[in-house]
Amino acid sequence: MSATVQAKPYVDGRDRGGAAQPMLIAKELQRHFKVKGAGKGAVVRAVDGVSFTLFKGETLGVVGESGCGKSTLARVLLHLVLPDSGDLVFDGDTVGETRGISVADLRRQVQMVFQDSYSSLNPRMPVQDSVAFGPMVNGKSKAESRRIAQDILVKVGLRPDLFGPRYPHELSGGQKQRVNIARALAVGPRMVILDEAVSALDKSVEAQVLNLLRELKRTLNLTYLFISHDLNVVRYISDRVLVMYLGQVVELGPAADVFAKARHPYTQALLGSRLSMDSSKRIESPPIVGDPPSPINPPSGCRFRTRCPHAEAVCEAEMPTLGQWEDRSSHVAACHMTNAQSGHSLAGTA
Amino acid sequence: MLGYVFRRILFAIPIALGVSVVCFSLVYLAPGDPLQTVLPPDATAETIAIVKHAYGFDRPIPVQYAIWLWHVLHGDFGRSIATQRAVTLEVFGSVANTAMLALFAVPLSFITGYSMGALAGCYPGKIMDRVVTGAAVIGVSLPNYWLGLVLVILFAVEYMVLPASGMGQSGSAAFVLWHWSDAQFLVLPVITLAMIPIGIIARTTRAAVADVRNQDFVTTLRAMGLGEGAVIRHVLKNASPQVLAVMGLQFGYLMGGSILVETVFTWPGSGFLLNKAIINRDIPVLQGTILALSLIFVLTNLVVDLLQAILDPRIRRA
Amino acid sequence: MNKPVALAVAEIPADSDFDGAPATKVRGYWQSVGYRLRHDWVTLGFGVIVLLIVLAAVFAPLIAPFSPYAQSIIGRLKPFGWRGHPWGTDELGRDMMSRLIYGGRISLMMGLVPVVIATMIGGTLGVIGGFAGKVANTAIMRTMDVFYAFPSILLAVAISGAMGGGIVNGIISLSLVFTPAMCRVAETATAQVKNLDYIEAARASGAGTLTIIRHHVLGNVLGPVFIYASSLVSVSILLASGLSFLGLGVQPPEPDWGLMLSTLRQSLYVDPLGCALPGIAIFITSICFNLVSDGIRAAMDVRI
Repeated sequence: MSATVQAKPYVDGRDRGGAAQPMLIAKELQRHFKVKGAGKGAVVRAVDGVSFTLFKGETLGVVGESGCGKSTLARVLLHLVLPDSGDLVFDGDTVGETRGISVADLRRQVQMVFQDSYSSLNPRMPVQDSVAFGPMVNGKSKAESRRIAQDILVKVGLRPDLFGPRYPHELSGGQKQRVNIARALAVGPRMVILDEAVSALDKSVEAQVLNLLRELKRTLNLTYLFISHDLNVVRYISDRVLVMYLGQVVELGPAADVFAKARHPYTQALLGSRLSMDSSKRIESPPIVGDPPSPINPPSGCRFRTRCPHAEAVCEAEMPTLGQWEDRSSHVAACHMTNAQSGHSLAGTA
Repeated sequence: MLGYVFRRILFAIPIALGVSVVCFSLVYLAPGDPLQTVLPPDATAETIAIVKHAYGFDRPIPVQYAIWLWHVLHGDFGRSIATQRAVTLEVFGSVANTAMLALFAVPLSFITGYSMGALAGCYPGKIMDRVVTGAAVIGVSLPNYWLGLVLVILFAVEYMVLPASGMGQSGSAAFVLWHWSDAQFLVLPVITLAMIPIGIIARTTRAAVADVRNQDFVTTLRAMGLGEGAVIRHVLKNASPQVLAVMGLQFGYLMGGSILVETVFTWPGSGFLLNKAIINRDIPVLQGTILALSLIFVLTNLVVDLLQAILDPRIRRA
Repeated sequence: MNKPVALAVAEIPADSDFDGAPATKVRGYWQSVGYRLRHDWVTLGFGVIVLLIVLAAVFAPLIAPFSPYAQSIIGRLKPFGWRGHPWGTDELGRDMMSRLIYGGRISLMMGLVPVVIATMIGGTLGVIGGFAGKVANTAIMRTMDVFYAFPSILLAVAISGAMGGGIVNGIISLSLVFTPAMCRVAETATAQVKNLDYIEAARASGAGTLTIIRHHVLGNVLGPVFIYASSLVSVSILLASGLSFLGLGVQPPEPDWGLMLSTLRQSLYVDPLGCALPGIAIFITSICFNLVSDGIRAAMDVRI
C-alpha cells in the first residue's frame, strides 16, 4: 500500500460507548409496504421483525435471495425508509428519540453505498462535486469540501486532477463505484452500509474494490454492513453473517461457522447452490427449487417450510425463533431442528 | 382489459367536470356585468334586479353552476343572446359542419403524412429524408389561416377554379356531398386544415419508424434472411400504433382548432359560430360551443387511449 | 514503473484502475452542448436569421423608413416601390415595410412572454408536483389535466374571447394555454430523477429537500424544460397572430402581423401580394424558431 494511506491507532472523538458498546442494535424492526391491486389491506412484509447487533469494527454480511428485504433493511437503518415499528440504537443512543440521536446525526455517522453505480451519481455533476456535496451540506465551506473530496478521491485510488472533473458517464463501472465509496466516506462516517456495492462489477474489478474496502475499513476504523447475494464475496469480507429469508433473520453467526456448518436448511441450500470449481463437489440437481413464496402472503409457521426438505407439521404450526443469542461468537438459526424441545423429528440434530 | 377500460372512463369523468367548470367560469372572466349585453343602457335598478333574477345571477356561484350543469346534462345550453335561438341547435348544426371538414382532413393528412414519414424513416439521412423533414417543418410552421388566404388568391382569384368561401348556394341544410357544385366548397378548407396534421404525422411516423428500425428484433429479422420489403412491413406494423394515436388526437385538434380556417373561408362551422359569439359577446353560445368542442376532445382522447390499449397489450397493464 | 515519471502515480494505491484516462479534455454537459451547436450549420444559420429579426424589432425606429402609423388617403394599397415605399402601402396608406418591422416587436413579444411566464409557473408547479407527496401531486396534476383537455387554440380563444381583446389579455390566455404542458414536462423530469439512488444518497448525506432540489433536481429538469420551451416559441407566435387575426389579440392601429393579415384580407382581390406579406413574416419567424429549437433539442437531448 502507499505511503499516504497509513494504518495508525485511531481514536474517534465521537465514540461514546467505548469499544464494547455495539455500533448498532436493531430491535424487532418492521416495515410493511401497502400494495395496490392485491386486495384490501394487502402488504408486502419487506422487513418483518428483524433484530441483530452490529459490533464496532466488524463487517456483518447480510445474504439472501433477491426480494428478501435486504435493501429495505438497509434503507430502514438509515431512516431513508421509516420503520413501522421497532427500535434502532446507534452507539447507545436510540434513533429518533428526544434523548437519543437525531436522524440527521445518524446520517452523519452512517453512510451508504448503492448497487447501481450509475444512478447513484448525478449525471450532470462532475464527480468531485458529487463527493464534495456531503461535506458541503454538513456545513463545510466550499473550498474545504473540495479539499476533503480530493483527499478522499486519493484514498479510493482515483487521481483527483484526472478523475475529479469528469462526469459519471466518462468513468468505468469500477471507477464509478470508487467515487460512490468516496462520496459516502466524505461525510466522515463511522459505519458504512454497502448495499450490493460490488454486485454489478466485473469479477476482476470486484476484487479490486473489495480489497479497497478492506483497506479503507482498517485505515479509517470503519464498521461495515455488507449486503450481497453473492456468498463468496460475503465470505471473503465478513466477520459475521446474517441470513435473511422473506423479511426475517433465519441464521446469524460468525462467517467461518456459518459457511462451515450452516444450521438452517435455507442457508444449507444457499451454500449448496454455489457454483464450484471443484468437479467432485458439483451437484446435479438444484439444492433449492422454486421461487420464494410471495412476501404478501407468507406461509404460516416457518416461512421456509414450503421449500424445505425437512418440513413437518410443527413447522406449519409454529414459527421458529432465532434462539438464544449471547455474544459475537454465537451461532443461531431460526429452525425447529435446532431446538431439542420443538417436537420436530430431527430436533437437536442440526 | 375491462379493468383498464373502466379505469380510463372513470378518469375521464372528473376531467369532463373540470372542463365544464372552466366553461362555466368564462362568464366571470368577461369584463363588466354579464347582463350588460341584454340590458338597455338606461335600465332602472328595478329592471336590472328582475332580469338578474330571471337569469339566476342573484344566486351564489356554486348554485348557479349546479343549475347550469343540470341544464347542460339535459341538453339545454340556454338561449343565444344575439339570436334568441336555443344554443343547442346552433351548436349542433355548426359542430356537424366542422366534423365534415375534420372527417375529410384527417384521412388526407394521415395518408400523406404517413407515406412521407415512412419514406423518410426508411432512408434516414438520405435526400428523401431531408425533403420530408423540411416539408414537415414547413407544415407545422405555416400559419394555416394565411395559407388559406394564399390558396384563395391562387385558386379562386387567379385561376378561378374553386370557390373562395362559404358552403355554396344551398347552404348547410341542403349540402349534398356527392354533388360537385356543393363538394367543391370543401376542397380548399380541407387542404388548409390538413396542413398542420400532415407535418405532425410525418414527423411522428419518421421518428417511430427510425426508432423501430434500430430495435434488436429488426436485426434478427434481417439475420433470419428476410428481404428488405418484408422487414419494412414489420417495421411499419410496429410503428403504426403510435402514429394512429397521434392521428386520433389530431381529429380532436381539428375539431377544436378549426376556428381560424373557418373564419378565412366563412365556413359555417363551430369556429365560425365561436367567432360570431365573441363579436356579439354572446356568452351562452361561447360557453356552449367551447364545452361541446372540448368534450369532443376529451372523448377523442378516451377513444384513442382505448384503441391503443387494444392494439398494444403493454399499455393495459400499466 | 522504473521511470522517474511514474513517481507521481506511485502515491495511488497499487490496485487502482487507471484504464481510460481521458485523451481529450474533459467536457461538461453544457460545454458539449455548446460544441455541438457550434458545429450545426443549419441551426446556426437559422439562429442568425432569428437574431436579425430580433435586432430589426429592437431597433425598429432606426431601420423603419416611415412611421408605422402615418396614414395617407391618396396612397392606399400602392405597389412595391411607390413613392419610396419599398414594399408598398396598406389599406390606410401606411408604409408596409415600417409596419412589418414594428409588427415584429409585438409579434416576438407575444411569442416569447407567454412562454417565459408559462415556463416559470408551470416549471415550478411541475417540480413541486414531482417532488412533493401524493396529495400535492394529484391536486396540481389533475388541475393541469383539465386545462390540457382543451385544444390549445380553443382555450386561447375561449379565454381571450371572454376577457376581451388586447395584448395583456392575449398574453394571459396564451400563458394559461402553455402552463399545463410545461408543468407536465417538468413533473415527468422531476419524477424520473426523484427515485434515482443519488437523490437518496444526497438525503443520506443529510441534505434537506430544498438543497436536493437546487443541486440535484433542477439541473436535470432544466434541460427538458428548456427544450420544450424553445419549441413553444414558434407555436406561441402562430397562436398569438391567430388571436390578432380573429380580432382577439392586438388591437388597431398597433402594427401586428396577425392583425395586418386580418385587415388586409379585405383587399385580397385588389392587392394579393400585399396581403401575403404579413403571413410571410409570420411564417419565416415561426419556421426559424422551429428549426433553431430542433437544433437545440438535438444538441441537448443526449443520454449521458
